[in-house]
Amino acid sequence: MTAPLLSVRDLKVTFPTRRGLLTALDGVSFDIAAGEVLGMVGESGAGKSLTGAAIIGLLEPPGRISGGEIRLKGERIDNLPPEAMRRVRGRRIGMVFQDPLTSLNPLYTVAQQIIETIRTHSDVSEAEARRKAIALLDRVGIPAAARRIDDYPHHFSGGMRQRVVIALALCVEPELVIADEPTTALDVSVQAQIIDLIKEICAERGASVLLITHDMGVIAETADRVAVLYAGRLAEIGPVRDVILNAEHPYTKGLMGSIPTLTQESDRLVQIPGAMPRLNAMPPGCAFNPRCAHAFDRCRSQRPDPIDRPGNRQVACWLHAPEAAHG
Amino acid sequence: MIAYILRRIAQSVLVMLVVALVSFSLFRFVGDPVATMMGQEASQADRVALRERLGLNDPVVVQFAVFIGRAATGDFGISYRLQQPVMELILSRLPATLELALISGVLAFVLGVSLGVYTALNRRGWLSAAIMSTSLIGVSLPTFLIGVLLIWVFAVELQWLPSFGRGEVVTIGFWRTGLLTESGRASLVLPSITLGLYQMTLIMRLVRAEMLEVLRTDYIKFARARGLPNRAVHFGHALKNTMVPVITITGLQLGSIIAFAIITETVFQWPGVGALFINSVQFVDIPVMAAYLMLIALIFVVINLVVDLLYYAVDPRLRVDRANARH
Ligand SMILES: Nc1ncnc2c1ncn2[C@@H]1O[C@H](COP(=O)(O)OP(=O)(O)OP(=O)(O)O)[C@@H](O)[C@H]1O
Ligand code: SF4
Ligand SMILES: [Mg+2]
Repeated sequence: MTAPLLSVRDLKVTFPTRRGLLTALDGVSFDIAAGEVLGMVGESGAGKSLTGAAIIGLLEPPGRISGGEIRLKGERIDNLPPEAMRRVRGRRIGMVFQDPLTSLNPLYTVAQQIIETIRTHSDVSEAEARRKAIALLDRVGIPAAARRIDDYPHHFSGGMRQRVVIALALCVEPELVIADEPTTALDVSVQAQIIDLIKEICAERGASVLLITHDMGVIAETADRVAVLYAGRLAEIGPVRDVILNAEHPYTKGLMGSIPTLTQESDRLVQIPGAMPRLNAMPPGCAFNPRCAHAFDRCRSQRPDPIDRPGNRQVACWLHAPEAAHG
Repeated sequence: MIAYILRRIAQSVLVMLVVALVSFSLFRFVGDPVATMMGQEASQADRVALRERLGLNDPVVVQFAVFIGRAATGDFGISYRLQQPVMELILSRLPATLELALISGVLAFVLGVSLGVYTALNRRGWLSAAIMSTSLIGVSLPTFLIGVLLIWVFAVELQWLPSFGRGEVVTIGFWRTGLLTESGRASLVLPSITLGLYQMTLIMRLVRAEMLEVLRTDYIKFARARGLPNRAVHFGHALKNTMVPVITITGLQLGSIIAFAIITETVFQWPGVGALFINSVQFVDIPVMAAYLMLIALIFVVINLVVDLLYYAVDPRLRVDRANARH
């Protein structure tokens, strides 16, 4: 098997606070193969955005990676010097944020922002960069791109702006695109189009995608595999069909209770009674044990690590431990 | 755009009319101009004749119209105290004030913006902390005290710089400048620091607060995520957005600098219009006071207008007519 494009191992992100160290991500591991779309789901506060920020090297201080490693094509990128990491951003890893209304600088035209990004990473002339930018805008579905390129962001609708954002994230042809809830802020009517666009354009370029979302429907239609995050830990990861049709982790089962389709108003993931523990009040053992209907003694004392399961799956739950000594 | 400018100009004219009314009321209601001009021993017949000649028997509305007509051509009559045309007096004093205000303004702006940007970008550094605490002194000490302290240290104790007057001046046309001689420039140092310190502190704190705000925005995060170098992020994307609100405030500050010059000019015996005004108040020299009032108002109004137009030039979102033409 060839090395994965992205490999995250035992990622730990901590925030020093006045009342001690908060561990926001704890032992998160997953791979993304070249050209693969990995969906990432979890409740608000589960650590999805932090995972993206850690990969692209933009954790807000005082937050920092305090353990584990991140490799891009086998090369470690979590401990690169700032200048080297800057050159990875944009060129090798692109990022699409949630809100297209605030992602673009209001004082610069679309042309200025794209051309600046292209010329930061590649040695091309202004005219060449402009040609590339127009072609790209055209590709992401901006009508009359050659004319609209000189407009300011506020001249575009929300959906069009997200297309511009996608063009910006992809303008230097990164190998990995991290899309953090790319449609949450958009009108329902354009959400599916934007998701399709991301999927298509990344497939065309052979870029892998880390698609962060609350929407299991989007994951079902878009992702190859899905990772379920709970309270900063990985609960379950595996091929989308298997995880959706046959979830192994009790938390994932709860999530799959109802899967809204893309055309419906999507629910947030809160069908399970209770709430995710706060980072400063994590229960001992399995983070899910206070809400879990299957919890037994071991769950309350010992933390389950991801266990390899048949079919390229992993699940962090004692129910699936080989010795399975519960009762 | 044209409509906008015309509207702003109409507003400015309205403001000037209100100020003119106040100035005019000074003539009507503060003291009796006839008594002031003729002294005690003039005969009743002379007084009546003068009343007639000054138009004081006309209806108030007519008098106001005449006042405005004259003011518009720069005719504010003769100073009671100095027996010279008021406009001539003011014009001879204006260069001193404008030079002082301009130097202070530039000083305040350049230092304020640089220090504001520095302290925002190095929020946690000890130097930023030092600058911020020192700046508190700048805001809280009254101007005259700063002036007196500077005189005491640099003029009396160290004897580096002159403590009063403009030094040698060179006359170019009607403009008497202190910028061309050694002693003229030396004389400018202490007064312009005194006058500009408060505004500099304000600008610095404003720039710092705005910049910190801007650095937290999504478009800055997105700019970093595209791998733009810090220089481009800080001084291209962040600073430009910071300057939008700063321009407005700073422009208005220039108006206050000219108005506040009164105190500094008094402390440093600076032969400008502010000092002229103070002397006129002591002698109830109404024409000079009225003219000074109108002049300051005019300066404020013009600055306001220029600032609005600048704002309009910097921020594309305000150019609505173009946006409406698209969709
Ligand atoms: N600066 C910080 N200091 C302390 N804790 C933080 C900080 N930033 C984030 N966290 C914590 O990290 C956890 C994960 O946050 P993250 O933004 O990754 O959640 P998320 O899964 O993206 O949620 P959402 O779906 O709401 O976007 C949260 O519990 C949050 O409280
Ligand atoms: S480890 Fe225990 S508590 Fe956690 S999900 Fe599995 S059964 Fe529930
Ligand atoms: Mg998030």
